[in-house]
Amino acid sequence: MMTGEVQRAYGTVTVKRGLAQMLKGGVIMDVTNAEQAQIAEEAGAVAVMALERVPADIRAHGGVARMADPEKILEIMEAVTIPVMAKCRIGHYMEAKILEALGVDFIDESEVLTPADEQYHINKWEFKVPFVCGARDLGEALRRIAEGAAMIRSKGEAGTGNVVEAVRHARAIMGAIRRIQGMGEEELVAYAKEIGAPYELVLETRRLGRLPVVLFAAGGIATPADAALMMWLGMDGVFVGSGIFKSENPYKRARAIVEAVTYWQEPEILAMVSRNLGEPMYGIDVRQLTEAQRLALRGW
Amino acid sequence: MVRIGVLGLQGDYLEHHQMLRRLNVETVDVRLPSHLEGVDGLIIPGGESTTIGALAERYGLMEPLRRIAEAGVPIWGTCAGMIFLARDVGRPQPTLGLMDIRVRRNAFGRQIDSFEADLEIPALARIGDPRPFHAVFIRAPLIEAAGPDVEVLARLEDGTIVAAQQGHLLATAFHPELTDDTRFHRYFLEIVRQASRR
Repeated sequence: MMTGEVQRAYGTVTVKRGLAQMLKGGVIMDVTNAEQAQIAEEAGAVAVMALERVPADIRAHGGVARMADPEKILEIMEAVTIPVMAKCRIGHYMEAKILEALGVDFIDESEVLTPADEQYHINKWEFKVPFVCGARDLGEALRRIAEGAAMIRSKGEAGTGNVVEAVRHARAIMGAIRRIQGMGEEELVAYAKEIGAPYELVLETRRLGRLPVVLFAAGGIATPADAALMMWLGMDGVFVGSGIFKSENPYKRARAIVEAVTYWQEPEILAMVSRNLGEPMYGIDVRQLTEAQRLALRGW
Repeated sequence: MVRIGVLGLQGDYLEHHQMLRRLNVETVDVRLPSHLEGVDGLIIPGGESTTIGALAERYGLMEPLRRIAEAGVPIWGTCAGMIFLARDVGRPQPTLGLMDIRVRRNAFGRQIDSFEADLEIPALARIGDPRPFHAVFIRAPLIEAAGPDVEVLARLEDGTIVAAQQGHLLATAFHPELTDDTRFHRYFLEIVRQASRR
């Protein structure tokens, strides 16, 4: 046996970003109880998001949407062996502290809930638990990373079953990363100012040719084809919110979306897994939503 | 030149490709049984072992993976990959059952218990550099028991087994692919070279 004291370092950037790296090529599913969590795990989800209501129901319900009841989150944590994520409101430091104390594996500081602070997001560096945050473009993504986010997801338009906004955000982020590859350093300073992002992170993103953290798609993904489309656009994996448990056959659809994310480059497999899935969730045309109904506009 | 397959069903397989390419090794993505053709070694990356197992079962990879192992092709599993190689994981989930080890999943707790630490790995002397290895443990498993043919390569300070080798099969509870240190990848390539010479 080895002797001597070995120093263990917890909550480091490497272990926080590292968990997101382990989720790549996978599907993270919204669940509202232990039974749904087990269906998701069985179907091959890499993690679940523990919620009281899925975004489609948050939309329908109205009012203030808050962090879920800890009892609900604990029930889901006990039901599965895969990582469990939970959402706190934007800027709600204490909800995040409570989620960390519960032992959730990842916190989503989410625009799907009603924002608690209209100026500032949470300073995520001081937490041991990693955070994921939504973004619509490169500037927003890098601002969240500057605040300590260990993972970024597109915002999309949650609870609509309409992938168009997730595509818009993925294209905005990936397009900007491609554009900065061709910029000189003097252009980068001006560009960083223009998009409101720290220059060092713009520089790092250019050097890496990708975000410094894992980037998932989220918001409106409802079918295996939607999931494969997001992978083709360069996302590292997908979140599926209302799309699974608001559909006719959740297990079958969940499994099909998992397979579509792994085999997005194989159209024959996509065709096979897309067959006979039953009714998808009911979709909403994003253009019919008023500004106040648009969740993606929350966050700064 | 050796060709290393990386199981690309889910997880941090790109990080393994990048490490191997830094070592000038040809790599292939393995997602279907036909992709295993002509590989001299295989890496099973970190990720979620339940997801990797479910996909390997649905897409007919279990038997082909066991066959190449039986044919002597070296396989290395990191974290979820180690779980997938194990004979016993203490719960019903698909594993290859190739290594005579009993593994406990999420053995250190939840994500807030994930950590980094320096490990003594004397076996790295075989590639000429036994300095401590900086190991990254993420919701990591541990090896609770190892059979007589299994060589323990590394332990934590409390004696917990976190790396082991059984002939041409290698398992680590941590993630060398998340560091800049290529020694563990070189160690695996040495096993591959010895196996191809046979």
